[in-house]
Amino acid sequence: IARRKAAHMLKYPDAEVISLGIGDTTEPIPEVITSALAKRSYALSTQEGYSGYGAEQGEKPLRAAIASTFYKDLGIEEGDIFVSDGAKCDISRLQIVFGSNVTMAVQDPSYPAYVDSSVIMGQTGEFQKDAEKYGKIEYMRCTAENGFFPDLSTVARTDIIFFCSPNNPTGAAATREQLTRLVQFAKDNGSIIVYDSAYALYISDDNPRSIFEIPGAKEVAIETSSFSKYAGFTGVRLGWTVIPKELLFSDGFPVAKDFNRIVCTCFNGASNISQAGGLACLSPEGFKAVHEVIGFYKENTDIIVETFNSLGFKVYGGKNAPYVWVQFPGRSSWDVFSEILEKTHVVTTPGSGFGPGGEGFIRVSAFGHRGNVLEACKRFKHLYK
Amino acid sequence: MVQPSLTVRKEGVGRCTKVHRNFNLEKLRNGYLFTEIARRELQHLEKYPNAKVISLGIGDTTQPIPDNISMSMANYARALATAEGYRGYGAEQGNKELRKAIAETHYKDVLVKESEVFVSDGSQCDIARLLLVLGSNVTVAAQDPSFPAYIDSSVIVGQAGDLEDEVGKYCNIEYLECGPGNNFFPDLKGTSRTDIIFFCSPNNPTGHAATQNQLEQLVEFARNNGSIIIFDSAYAAYVTDGCPRSIYEIPGAREVAIEISSFSKFSGFTGVRLGWTVVPEELLFSSGFPVINDFNRIICTCFNGASNIAQAGGLACLSSEGLEAVHSVVDYYKENTKILIDTLASLGIKVYGGINAPYVWAHFPGRKSWDVFAEILEKTHITTVPGSGFGPGGEEYIRISGFGHRESILEASRRLEALF
Repeated sequence: IARRKAAHMLKYPDAEVISLGIGDTTEPIPEVITSALAKRSYALSTQEGYSGYGAEQGEKPLRAAIASTFYKDLGIEEGDIFVSDGAKCDISRLQIVFGSNVTMAVQDPSYPAYVDSSVIMGQTGEFQKDAEKYGKIEYMRCTAENGFFPDLSTVARTDIIFFCSPNNPTGAAATREQLTRLVQFAKDNGSIIVYDSAYALYISDDNPRSIFEIPGAKEVAIETSSFSKYAGFTGVRLGWTVIPKELLFSDGFPVAKDFNRIVCTCFNGASNISQAGGLACLSPEGFKAVHEVIGFYKENTDIIVETFNSLGFKVYGGKNAPYVWVQFPGRSSWDVFSEILEKTHVVTTPGSGFGPGGEGFIRVSAFGHRGNVLEACKRFKHLYK
Repeated sequence: MVQPSLTVRKEGVGRCTKVHRNFNLEKLRNGYLFTEIARRELQHLEKYPNAKVISLGIGDTTQPIPDNISMSMANYARALATAEGYRGYGAEQGNKELRKAIAETHYKDVLVKESEVFVSDGSQCDIARLLLVLGSNVTVAAQDPSFPAYIDSSVIVGQAGDLEDEVGKYCNIEYLECGPGNNFFPDLKGTSRTDIIFFCSPNNPTGHAATQNQLEQLVEFARNNGSIIIFDSAYAAYVTDGCPRSIYEIPGAREVAIEISSFSKFSGFTGVRLGWTVVPEELLFSSGFPVINDFNRIICTCFNGASNIAQAGGLACLSSEGLEAVHSVVDYYKENTKILIDTLASLGIKVYGGINAPYVWAHFPGRKSWDVFAEILEKTHITTVPGSGFGPGGEEYIRISGFGHRESILEASRRLEALF
């Protein structure tokens, strides 16, 4: 995508290219949070404030704040939380824990890191060009027809199931009923769900924000999340992973223990400065500010949804996530991507980049300055009127 | 051994899944060395709550980061609250300015390009990522003794084979013994070929800095065998006597070596998290495929770049003002180390290292290193690291680190004098 954008900018040096492609946050971080980042930075130059190596699992106050903010009353404790430098990194660390001999299932379409990290770990077979799928991965189709929740009766058993909700790229948030079925499916199959909840705070309705809201989930699920899309920490780097004590391998060995070993050996903790920022995000003032920024991006999303709706497109997502999933039936998503880029100078993401199930769709991300989002929508209206 | 296949555990913690544990992780007998040291220290504190424990174990920096560097980080952080200063995702390979500064500062006299420098959140993390690039089918050599992450990560990735309990060695790893007998440089003539050779200089834990001549032998060995050296230069700033600070000072190294390094011991960034890896363009797999392309792919898939604030700090470290400030802190730790060497030497204990690294490698012939560790901890309330934690070649040795406040180092010296 970046390559195509660069080529386009060379071709049209005066065009004002608007990026609604890569989901990169654009709005400044609230001051209450940056002050905490700055304060910790200064403190490192003082005797009392200097700290060296931190606990690889993360600083205790932050772990406690994450537990009480996101997992209150769900039976998840500070000790179950592992602070990371982002969900993408933890996905790979989880893959290292699992090793090359496990099988995995992903939603189709899905965030590419799940499949790519699986290939790197040696869990997959060869890429099958015609199907555009890797051998040995179970692709769980998520379509408009099935409400973007897979028909589990057609899904083969795998050891690991990656599930992202609210979903990137489709924007679909699974319902309590759907997640209950997913947890039951995992229980019946003795599988482990890796639940990516990076967009949970974008939920508008009462869909579950955590897999642990589902009874029994602690015995089958890991949850991974991130400060990236909540606090604009895409560059600051901070996230977390929850591994309940109850989650056990087939021999009874706790998964958390192996993850801890990987975290101690292959990682050295998230930056202490970033962690100070994370703690500020979860203070009452910080959390309020975080919700305001999320609210801003949600308004962007509404504008984009309204635009495509008004143009008569079938539009999905956008309600519970900062992504709008627009259908272009019968068309190649790369062709649509190119058309949009060429004719409106707006970068989007072709759905097939997320798996064969994304073909025929374009993902429009809602991260951007309001002015750019409005301008982009104006251009879409002009192109597709 | 845990009870077999039942779906309900006796302790009632929960039902097991049917996912098999990664058998590579089963091969790791103990917890990570430094986790164990921390645990023992905590245990000791519980036993002696009033003891003033001095930590010369885990090599953790103690001196504050120089003002101008922390100021840069604070300024960068504040700017994130403004429209002009806000930054989202950075390039996974690192901020261009920082990559350039690293190339120009640390590799001034050798030909390392900005594009060959990858900024990381620390060496320990990049070691794992490098092993992901290399995969489970490569063979590995490591010095014995060595920093535990090399071998532990190799085990995790599936390269190491089984642990031979009696000798404490993994059967697929080639152990390059380094001791006073061979001047802390392995006898390469007696060494089998492996795909990868981990080599750390100045060395953790022995403190030995390999000479130009020794590194030339190593590079020649790698060239002849078609191997890749992963050269850990995290302590290069501590070199005092003119030994090479980078593997690339050796002609021909660009075709056989990757270099990893870190701001941790250089700038006190142990908590801030910043390092780098150099992968030269000329380094090719047997098929001719550039290693740098695969490393880049791993970086883009399994990582999302080091924290932008940490990178701003790194850039400040490499300004002339920053370098000067950072070198004073390094000198402070070097002076600490000298005090420890002098103390131990005066007690008649044979000590190695300490000249080119912040570690002193003390020999206690005939004694088990964990016993000496325990004795020192019990009788002087000083934490050290038992040499066998770094491999069987570390048995009979204790690693004492020179990181600490000067008063702690002086007090530790007094206590050691009293004990020995």
